[in-house]
Amino acid sequence: MTATTAAETTAKRRSLTAAASEYIDERTSVSVVVKEFGRKIFPDHWSFLLGEVALYSFIVILITGTFLTFFFQASQADVIYHGSWVPLKGIQMSAAMNSTLNISFDVRGGLLVRQIHHWAALLFVASIGLHMLRIFFTGAFRKPRELNWVIGFTLFVLAMAEGFTGYSLPDDLLSGNGLRIIDGLIKGIPVVGTWISFLLFGGEFPGTSIVGRLYTLHILLLPALVVAFIALHLVFVVVHKHTQYAGPGRTQQNVVGYPVLPVYAAKAGGFFFIVFGVLALMASLFTINPIWLYGPYDPSPVSAGTQPDWYIGFADGMLRLMPSHWEFVWLDHTWSLNVFIPVVILVLFLVVVAIYPFIESWVTGDKREHHILDRPRNQATRTAIGAAGVTFYAVMWAAASSDLVATHFKLTMEGVIGALQVLLILGPIIAYFITKRICIGLQKKDRSIALHGYESGRIVKLPGGEFIEVHQPLDEYERWRLVSYETYQPLMLRPDSRGRITFGRRLRAGMSRWFFEDRLEPVTKGELEAGHDHH
Amino acid sequence: MRETTHKIARRRKTGRRHPFATVALIAIGLGLTGGAYAAFNATGSTADAAASSQSDIDAGKKLFQANCASCHGLEAQGTSEAPSLIGVGAAAVDFQVGTGRMPMAMQGPQAQEKPSQFTQDQIDQLAAYVASLAPGPGIPDSKYTDGDGDAAKGAELFRVNCAMCHNVAGAGGALTEGKYAPPLHGVSPTHVYEAMVTGPQNMPVFNDKNISPEGKRDIITYLRFIQQNPSPGGFELGALGPVAEGLFIWIFGLGSIVALTVWITAKSN
Repeated sequence: MTATTAAETTAKRRSLTAAASEYIDERTSVSVVVKEFGRKIFPDHWSFLLGEVALYSFIVILITGTFLTFFFQASQADVIYHGSWVPLKGIQMSAAMNSTLNISFDVRGGLLVRQIHHWAALLFVASIGLHMLRIFFTGAFRKPRELNWVIGFTLFVLAMAEGFTGYSLPDDLLSGNGLRIIDGLIKGIPVVGTWISFLLFGGEFPGTSIVGRLYTLHILLLPALVVAFIALHLVFVVVHKHTQYAGPGRTQQNVVGYPVLPVYAAKAGGFFFIVFGVLALMASLFTINPIWLYGPYDPSPVSAGTQPDWYIGFADGMLRLMPSHWEFVWLDHTWSLNVFIPVVILVLFLVVVAIYPFIESWVTGDKREHHILDRPRNQATRTAIGAAGVTFYAVMWAAASSDLVATHFKLTMEGVIGALQVLLILGPIIAYFITKRICIGLQKKDRSIALHGYESGRIVKLPGGEFIEVHQPLDEYERWRLVSYETYQPLMLRPDSRGRITFGRRLRAGMSRWFFEDRLEPVTKGELEAGHDHH
Repeated sequence: MRETTHKIARRRKTGRRHPFATVALIAIGLGLTGGAYAAFNATGSTADAAASSQSDIDAGKKLFQANCASCHGLEAQGTSEAPSLIGVGAAAVDFQVGTGRMPMAMQGPQAQEKPSQFTQDQIDQLAAYVASLAPGPGIPDSKYTDGDGDAAKGAELFRVNCAMCHNVAGAGGALTEGKYAPPLHGVSPTHVYEAMVTGPQNMPVFNDKNISPEGKRDIITYLRFIQQNPSPGGFELGALGPVAEGLFIWIFGLGSIVALTVWITAKSN
């Protein structure tokens, strides 16, 4: 009896599910999508999850940000604070500051949500940065993914813009100081600077409209752009298929990993809650942006230790590193090159980052698709360029905290700035050469291990009296990782179809020589066999 | 009591923020209230006595000649090494000697705080001697240092006058050529008041026309408030602002996330 009941129930249940799915499918044809997308394979490696961290932080930002908009007033109208924080009671401030304080002290859970929102914003940009470094150093930006690199780069810039507009909204002392620097940067642009500044702030700084305008950007335009670019970014990931590291059975044509359904969907879904959990834990334990200490914005005071959030730090640092007297009067106008040149350097730096995939493909002349990732050591010049770029960025970043470095390490501020000015130029050069040599050294080590195996430490005395160390050969799987990469030979300088050698061709040949002059060819089959015979 | 206060202050200064910041804050708060009360009662009476007691002045002079005269001169007239102390008043002595800045451990960009080398009685005698040389700012009355003023007004005055160097949270900041504005946590209210009226090291003088005694009392009230009330948002990360937050998100935030990604993608054995 029990058996029949059970069978009947199962049949009934199955039919319910079946009926429901059939109902939906007949009306939406969703099975096509599920069939296609559910079978999508993603390879498993921790570094492939960094972009996901960025995505999940963004979702957390959207959720918490929506909550904050319920209580935030984007207005610079004067009000008197009457909330719970005693040291600001009776102080005149803008409605924006007042409402942010009320979120912090008088809205239930408001401070926690505000802190999750801010920590998530910091994590959002940080994870984008780390994700970009992973893409760069493994060569995942090569054909066919150059455009997706540019989309990702745009997301990085949008994230910084989101962060900065958000940082400026509470209208506290720190954010007002930050806006003043932006105002200065804009005014430093020759000819049009003052016009743009007046347009943006609706008159002379600070005016009464900037918070409202930034709010519109922060919650409407920029998030819409971020969502659109994320969608585009992910569509390309699906279209291109995911890259993978070299390994046995992994080719340019396949992807080895788990399907989205059920494995990856579950893993990724769980990972979202992990990221959310880490952010919530951090926000519940650690203060971020204590605006109640900063107080309302007032153009006269500037606190010691005033810094932007970390992702704008490199811009602040570049300003601090600039020698201060590059300013002159010409045609009755002041030309503030001490402010304009840092802006130009920052823009150039970002442009180089954005177009790097095109530069490299032009230098290599490689038009093939690449789905297998490089080990950073096997592309010594690219890795060295990356290290130089990271050093350049890091020096600018460190310069933004020059005052704290000075007090905490008991140095003089002038000494810190001077040293960083020198490092800004020399650091990337030193980093380039050191990294390149380390990469080539590692390649040599790989080559020797592939050819001769590991040193086993076992010394054997041969009958003839000779001592040798027995080398332990690699297994096939490990060797695959070491030998399956490709190098480029420097391009030859050849005349074009019209028989001319143009400047472009010369430049390209020169760049190619610079990229690939120092290289180790991968171990060939012949060499491997010879190596085996040897032992 | 004052000794304990200084010890805590010194440890906090060198060790920056500690996980037990909240506990320490409460301890400092309690220590300050009690310590200040005891100290002000004592200083109040000695200040009165200083005018009359020649024995204090004589004892102070002996201490001065033994400990200070090699730089400041036998009659406190100043030398090429150190300025004249005629007219600096008892407040300057109480601050400089009471916080251990004087006698100076070494020549440097500025005198550094260290444990005081003298007992409060000896400091009072020194102060009485220096005050006897010429009129100058005296030890503040305890009604200005009780910390019961208007915290909101004090916070505003602090942001406008003090935060440029000392940071809005009183965490300190850098000045030029290796000089610095020290953190204000754990500094006794009397010393804060004395610093404002005498302008030690590189600090400007905030006289009574600049900030009224009531205004100074409000500032002290604000400083006491932020020391006694832990940050509503949790641990403060040194109250250093975005730099500390940025380092935290990269090292601990992203660090833990990367560790978790490794865990998620690890192959099960």
